[in-house]
Amino acid sequence: MDISWDLLLNAIAAGLLLGGFYAAVTAGVSISFGMLDIVNIAHPAFVILGSYLAYFININYGLDPILVSILMLPFFYALGASVYQVYYLSFEKRGQEALRGLAFFFGLLFVTEVSLILVFGVDYRYVEAAYIGPSLHIGIVDFPLRMLVPCLAALALFIGIQLIITRTFIGRAIMAVSQDQMALQLMGVDPIRIKRIAFGISIATAAVAGALLIIIQPVEPSVGREYIGRVFAICVLGGLGSMPGTLIAAMLLGVVESITATFYGPSWAPAVAFGFLLLTLAFRPAGLLGR
Amino acid sequence: MTSVNTAKFSLITIAAGAVVMAFAHWVHVDYLFFASYTILQFIVLATAWNILGGYCGYVNFGSAAFFAMGAYASVFMHKFYPLPVPVLILISAIVSGIAGFGMGYLTLRLRGSFFAIATLALAVVLQTLVVNWDYVGGSRGAYIIRPEELEFAGITINYIEYLFGLMLLLTVIALITARTIERSQLGFGFATIRDDELAAEASGVPTLRLKLIATTISGAFMGMAGAPFPYYIGYLQPSSAFGLEYAVNSIAMPMIGGTTSWIGPLVGAILLGSAQQYATVTISSAVNLLIVGLMLVAFVIIAPNGLVGLVQGWRRAWRKP
Repeated sequence: MDISWDLLLNAIAAGLLLGGFYAAVTAGVSISFGMLDIVNIAHPAFVILGSYLAYFININYGLDPILVSILMLPFFYALGASVYQVYYLSFEKRGQEALRGLAFFFGLLFVTEVSLILVFGVDYRYVEAAYIGPSLHIGIVDFPLRMLVPCLAALALFIGIQLIITRTFIGRAIMAVSQDQMALQLMGVDPIRIKRIAFGISIATAAVAGALLIIIQPVEPSVGREYIGRVFAICVLGGLGSMPGTLIAAMLLGVVESITATFYGPSWAPAVAFGFLLLTLAFRPAGLLGR
Repeated sequence: MTSVNTAKFSLITIAAGAVVMAFAHWVHVDYLFFASYTILQFIVLATAWNILGGYCGYVNFGSAAFFAMGAYASVFMHKFYPLPVPVLILISAIVSGIAGFGMGYLTLRLRGSFFAIATLALAVVLQTLVVNWDYVGGSRGAYIIRPEELEFAGITINYIEYLFGLMLLLTVIALITARTIERSQLGFGFATIRDDELAAEASGVPTLRLKLIATTISGAFMGMAGAPFPYYIGYLQPSSAFGLEYAVNSIAMPMIGGTTSWIGPLVGAILLGSAQQYATVTISSAVNLLIVGLMLVAFVIIAPNGLVGLVQGWRRAWRKP
């Protein structure tokens, strides 16, 4: 078979850049679903919320979308912490997280999406920044800055989270709560407080991921749904709660999706993530780097 | 509650269905058929969702996928070899039932949340497949010309009344099935899974087999609800078959009505369904979906057992003093 090499190389490069961005979107779910066992299917909705806030401030005040997302971190953290508080009091404490907790997040996903439709309409929105447009050429491979900048920002975010989790007291407490909540309680730490902080961090990452998303592609409120399958596929494939695994899985999915889109057409790309998810669940539910 | 046995309950439900049919035939307004068809369709979807969600405690976010599978099975057969609608309903039941079984087999051996996530992704992927499948219309959609009327045993019936009648029959069957399951050994098995799966497994309940039975029945009914849909709407496109309103309503209706018995989804579907019919005409469809979403969040937080749970609570409070 005659494969066009420069097409393939470009597809792989684009896939790696896309994968970096997927890692940023998945980082939050890796904390909430992987470590805290909270099935936050509303995470992509928070990402889209981040996109729209970045869009709104960028268009009205001309601030850089990534800068906006960094300024948004405290608000998203507070949002996440309060969502967890409601979730804990209403479901986790009563032991009803399986059915009603899931329905709760589904409701949140839905309410966020429909509210955004009511406020902004269903038109595609995009942001303006100096790095949207030009490309970096290395040999025959193109690196559009529109993809390269979000990928680098995503990696920075990812490394930041990994450092927080492995090097700080709070981070180690988060790891501990994911392993044995009772033991942590016996050590005199309030597990609910740790989980609240962790969930706050997980939603805070959505602010950054959202800003990166709207740099990469124009956004409309229902785009988030495409990411549910992707995000959970990456999270499961990487091994629940394993940050290095998540990064590898994200890169892998990015490359496979990009190759699929290049050689079979972009309309097939959403099916790739689902195939990944089903195959992983069927053959290796523990994921690549699962514990 | 009262101790009506299954045979009596079936008779009562069939009689109620006949009364509704006679009443609708007597009024004979086309809009009434159109509006109540949608409500009946939601009763079937909500009841089907509840067989897995309410009885076993496993959340299915992919109702729209199973519904659309039924609808597209009809479109496929319509192009391939046109058959009467009742046969299409059976075919859709088989297709969606098998899909439910397959999904369940792959994901139900793991933790419950994996099944929920997989069903969520299933809708996205099936939509991708349908959009890329030109035979059933692809992204452009497919036209199904609905006959004006139907000749049956020498009588001519208005076609929309015929579809309404079929959906009413499906509703009756779904309700009888749900209640029969609830009172049978199967239903008790489902309840043990919902309450404590580990304990059930340890006491010898064949949990995987029961869960697979539940996903298959639930998926089949959702497919049956979708089968007549292309004929009802006349023009089927992926975004309407995979509409978000099916996914959210089939969860919201049982949750708001109450998930532990057959009456919850019925009450929830009638209330929410009629409210939405009204709101879509008077306000806008986006606002009414927002209201459904907010009600879902409010109900799962404040009234975990739905309206049925609230009423039972009041009755208990009445009897106590």
